[in-house]
Amino acid sequence: MQSSILEATDVEKSFVKGDKRIVALRGFNLAVAEGSFVTVVGRSGCGKSTMLNMMAGLTKPTAGQITLRGEPVQGPRAEVGYLTQDDTLLPWREVRRNVEMPMELQGVGKRRRRETAQELIELVGLQGFEKHYPRELSGGMRRRASLARLLAGDPQTLLLDEPFGALDAQLRTDLQVELLRLWRGSGRTVVFVTHDLEEALLLGDRVVVLGPVGRLLLDEPVEIARPRDPDDVRVDERFVHLHKKLGAALKEGAL
Amino acid sequence: MTTPAVDTSGGAPSSGSTPLEEPANLTWWQRYGDTTIIWTGRLTLLLALVVLWELLSGPVLDPLFVSRPSDVAERLVGWVGDGTLWTHTWITVREIFGGYLLGAVTGMVAGFAVASQRNLARIIDPFMMALYSVPKVALAPLFIVWFGIGLQMKILLAAVMVFFLVFLNTVAGVRQVDRGIVDAARLMGASRRELLIKVTLPASFTGVITGLRVAIPYALIGAVIGELVASNRGLGYLISNSAATFDTAGVFAALVVLSVIAAVVNMLVDMLGRRTDRWKPLEREPS
Repeated sequence: MQSSILEATDVEKSFVKGDKRIVALRGFNLAVAEGSFVTVVGRSGCGKSTMLNMMAGLTKPTAGQITLRGEPVQGPRAEVGYLTQDDTLLPWREVRRNVEMPMELQGVGKRRRRETAQELIELVGLQGFEKHYPRELSGGMRRRASLARLLAGDPQTLLLDEPFGALDAQLRTDLQVELLRLWRGSGRTVVFVTHDLEEALLLGDRVVVLGPVGRLLLDEPVEIARPRDPDDVRVDERFVHLHKKLGAALKEGAL
Repeated sequence: MTTPAVDTSGGAPSSGSTPLEEPANLTWWQRYGDTTIIWTGRLTLLLALVVLWELLSGPVLDPLFVSRPSDVAERLVGWVGDGTLWTHTWITVREIFGGYLLGAVTGMVAGFAVASQRNLARIIDPFMMALYSVPKVALAPLFIVWFGIGLQMKILLAAVMVFFLVFLNTVAGVRQVDRGIVDAARLMGASRRELLIKVTLPASFTGVITGLRVAIPYALIGAVIGELVASNRGLGYLISNSAATFDTAGVFAALVVLSVIAAVVNMLVDMLGRRTDRWKPLEREPS
């Protein structure tokens, strides 16, 4: 087992609304090994996004702590890339300049920026739309542009919140493949939130199932050899077994 | 990079998932037809009104009160000839631009400064609204006491009017900035300064432009009111002076010049605003 890069210890997160306290996460513990691909599954409202927000440094835990490479997370960092569920492309920038944004902030030269942006735009299949504004794109295209922008920052840790949820099946498969290709052998760490069990098993080294307030319902390694072909893997014995187990865990958590 | 892990087709995702782009091949009429119709309509309306005015003045309306277009034109030509027009227009234009610039810049700076401090904005809000609601004309006498009846007084009066509109719209614009976008920039490692320049400023641009646009007529109003209240120069003075001598042609001539100035300034700001419009998709249905 490699050393963990991200670690949540006894994390609690609650919000005060009126005179009530709403608990999103309680007693949450998770250690993510460096270079691993962890998929997180859970029903909506189980605190997945809250967990990612804290890991990214957007919000701080009410209690407990989250560490990145042993240091408490104080705020957002460029080495952690976070693809939120909401669309956050800058509406006044064209696709290309949106993708260039993280590099701009890192002080990368104009020519390098342009080249890298072009490569990434092609990677996500948006060539020909470099000069379009986000509003001129469909939801799925915006999602792909966001992904390209995320990768432009070259983050070592990727936090992805249902990145492919809004895409059609074919594109989804394509991008899953690309993501795996970018991850494999790169030493990057990925925390991938999804509500799709198949996607979780297809992509992850390890799958974590969260229940209400972030209770850990299941934490299993996915020991299926890579590369995993999406068609073959579905009939793989371990896949079927894990799929059943995950489904059962989700159901149990709902009670 | 290593070989693709699962890919069976190879290469980047299929580009078949993007809409097809092709030349629209619009004819001249499809491209400019609407604009032509609109402008023809505008000119026709203007011409019709002028002709109607000319015809009614005399037989129906008393030219002493409404003058007539030919007299107004004659007066304008006369003023252009003896330099009256240029002298007075130049003064009013300076007041308008001076007041507008001063009000717009201070309004934007104050707006951004206040809006970036949430609590400060909330503390100041009711006071600003109260001051905003005071009719600025009521300030004219006070400004005469403070600054005399020269150029300064008019510039400041125009600036005060412009300031509030720009200030309030800037604050509103900054408040409307999408929290998600700000967070996204923070995640990319933007510093406070970069956040302001690359996110807050452009994101609030629509609000600021709105403020700048609605404030234009008020710069004019401020300057002219200042001139009407107390002055011996400027278009406002020309109006009041002409009216005092029952020279309605002179009044209308000055009004025509004021309208032209207003139209020109409006066009300038529209050009600035067109940048924001580009964020929105342009949908053209070829008919």
